[in-house]
Amino acid sequence: MRRFWHSAGPVLTIVAAILLGWYVLAVILNMPWTLDRMERAGESLSFTERVADTWAQDKPRLPAPHQILVELYDTVIDKKITSKRSLVYHSWVTLVPTVAGFALGSLLGILLAVGIVHDRTMDMSVMPWVIASQAVPIVAIAPMIIVVLNAVGISGLLPKAIIAMYLSFFPVVVGMVKGFRTPDRMELDQMRTWSANKWQTFWSLRWPSSVRFLFPSMKIAISASLVGTIVAELPTGAVAGLGARLLGGSYYGQTIQIWSALVMASLLAALLVMAVGMAERITMKAMGMAR
Amino acid sequence: MMILLGAIIFWLAMWAVNAWLAHRGSSRAIRIIVPIIFGITVVALWEWLVWGWDINPVLLPAPSAIYAAFIGNIPTLWADFLQTFVQGALTGYIIGCGAAFLTAVAIDRSPFLQRGLLPIGNFVAALPIVGIAPIMVMWFGFGWQSKAAVVVIMVYFPMLVNTVQGMKATDPMQRDLMRTYAASYPQRLMKLRLPAAAPFIFNGLKISTTLALIGAIVAEYFGSPIVGMGFRIQTELGRLNLDMVWAEIVVAAIAGTAFYGLVTLLERAATFWHPSQRG
Amino acid sequence: MSEQAVIQADNLSLTFQTNDGPVHALKDVNLTINKGDFVSFIGPSGCGKTTFLRVMADLEQPTGGAISVNGMTPEAARKARAYGYVFQAAGLYPWRTIEKNVRLPLEIMGYSKAEMVTRVAQALELVELTGFEKKFPWQLSGGMQQRASIARALAFDADLLLMDEPFGALDEIVRDHLNEQLLDLWKRTGKTICFVTHSIPEAVYLSTKIVVMSPRPGRVTDVIESPLPKDRPLDIRESKDFLDIAHRVREGLRAGHGDE
Repeated sequence: MRRFWHSAGPVLTIVAAILLGWYVLAVILNMPWTLDRMERAGESLSFTERVADTWAQDKPRLPAPHQILVELYDTVIDKKITSKRSLVYHSWVTLVPTVAGFALGSLLGILLAVGIVHDRTMDMSVMPWVIASQAVPIVAIAPMIIVVLNAVGISGLLPKAIIAMYLSFFPVVVGMVKGFRTPDRMELDQMRTWSANKWQTFWSLRWPSSVRFLFPSMKIAISASLVGTIVAELPTGAVAGLGARLLGGSYYGQTIQIWSALVMASLLAALLVMAVGMAERITMKAMGMAR
Repeated sequence: MMILLGAIIFWLAMWAVNAWLAHRGSSRAIRIIVPIIFGITVVALWEWLVWGWDINPVLLPAPSAIYAAFIGNIPTLWADFLQTFVQGALTGYIIGCGAAFLTAVAIDRSPFLQRGLLPIGNFVAALPIVGIAPIMVMWFGFGWQSKAAVVVIMVYFPMLVNTVQGMKATDPMQRDLMRTYAASYPQRLMKLRLPAAAPFIFNGLKISTTLALIGAIVAEYFGSPIVGMGFRIQTELGRLNLDMVWAEIVVAAIAGTAFYGLVTLLERAATFWHPSQRG
Repeated sequence: MSEQAVIQADNLSLTFQTNDGPVHALKDVNLTINKGDFVSFIGPSGCGKTTFLRVMADLEQPTGGAISVNGMTPEAARKARAYGYVFQAAGLYPWRTIEKNVRLPLEIMGYSKAEMVTRVAQALELVELTGFEKKFPWQLSGGMQQRASIARALAFDADLLLMDEPFGALDEIVRDHLNEQLLDLWKRTGKTICFVTHSIPEAVYLSTKIVVMSPRPGRVTDVIESPLPKDRPLDIRESKDFLDIAHRVREGLRAGHGDE
């Protein structure tokens, strides 16, 4: 129990401080509107009434946390999942291409890394470009891929999955090349003394030692996929998905809708990263490498 | 069919050249020339296939068309660059990284705050923060200020987490040594903790360069004045001027790699002593 | 008053609380170290020799008994910068040159620029590292790095030098050479040296006083005053006196193990 509070206590304290600060900020940001309305209506509200009003506006500049929670409850639990207003539906629309693209991208990334480690020409030709691509804001091309694929009649899940694939591809390549190269001279020499061939060396030495690198890069990859999918939903006027909810909210000034989409996207990201983390723990345990 | 055959033969020929070069050694010249040949091959094949198959420029413009769009629109691209990169990304980058660094130093003496902020920072760094953009556009308007605000929030947590971890990266012996000298807290900070943290700080700075550019561009999709890289990509896409979209992507790629390269150079100068830099 | 106590320990005890119950790192240790002594602490791992040194340096807090360093509490002695400490590893800062590493304590203690320059040069000369000022630690061998860390401990005015297995990680040949240099340095500077080691020949060769310790609980089992002269060529290690002392140390270590 003391252990628990040692690690959870500070986190909870800071979360509480953030929530408190949020409410205060909501009062400050929303107060002008409250005062304005009060004046026009000729009412005179007491201070507590004014504060309460800043936490209960329809389109506040900053919605209070409980307003977002209520909206989440309405759109996640109260609505039928099939309804266009259900956040579960929109999350699903975003989730499927994210996961599909991530899986494909990771697979391709691993394959390319295998090629790079085993083929010198590939290493020297491709690796510098892979590294350079990390500095390029690839997300920026997401909308273009959507538009182009739309023009040839491909729409819906596939274009978004391609973007998610593209974004998860690079971190996995970089991480896996690093991982495949962790075995040192001595370990490789040991394999040579047993005259192991390339594939034996790969499966019994390189692959197991790269697992430590695989999962951290997959965590980066999956959150990049999610960002990619959300951004892909932005400039094309998509009607479904979390990105569409963000954009729709910003057109109509529906701040509560924006925030609830944001919270949902965050939950999704956390769940996805946690799922990868879980897979990591299970794998590490199965391989006897758990700490 | 002949077009495709030509492409395959060209590809194989160039690959053979690279294979021959790659197996001749790994001198500096070869390390530079091999990826360049690869890059040129890809661009040449692209041009050849677009021309040979007569691909609609609305789908994929030829590299020559992109080049023409780039050269013909330099004033526009430059204005977009200034708006998005210099005013949006760079301002936000400096404010965000600076604030994160100061926060890390400020909470350095409070293990309680560190234990609280590290997991939260790690958690937030995995979230799609760029989604905050519509809110920032509502708060700070269509101008570069809202983009800078998005960038500040995006770079803050990765930078904070890296700096805090870096300041813990001294080994116990080095800390004991400082204690035997009865060194004061500012002395320990300046002479040991910050130099030891430098590799981590630069790691945070490098991650942040890409994030800054992403934040500044994506935020423009939610509203911008009639200038900016994100704005241009969005409007030219609407008009199906793909060559101009690609030209803007080239600008983003150049700006991104140059920015990253600059930070890497600074890193090399400042952390030459670190094993990863000694080579 | 020709002899004055630099270290005075009375019934000194230190107990660590761990998850597996209390560990008695030091129990009822009594010891006097006089000015100009070269004292070695020897014993198997876990006997508290390093802990004892760390208590002198105010890096650990005793849980019982009393200890004074130069007649002060260890904390006061640390704040008065009364000692230089040499760790097991060189622990040089990789971002500083050798010269700047040696300068580090002087910067912290606020010496003037001119004095820093002369002191650094002197200290580097004492350990024969003149000419390597501008090198970075990682460009030097392990032995040279350790010498630089000794120079760092010599650079400021401390009459007491605390050394925790400073040559433990070095090979035999380098170690012999550094032992000779250390003796020479001790003779010339007249400093008091406390030296932790687990090598019997090293302890006997270097010391005027050998403190034999044993573990569980960490305690002093024997204190041997060495009859060897102050001038000690390396081949003194084959003399009868030397072998006798080495034998007595070995016996002391064995006795400490016997009552487990």
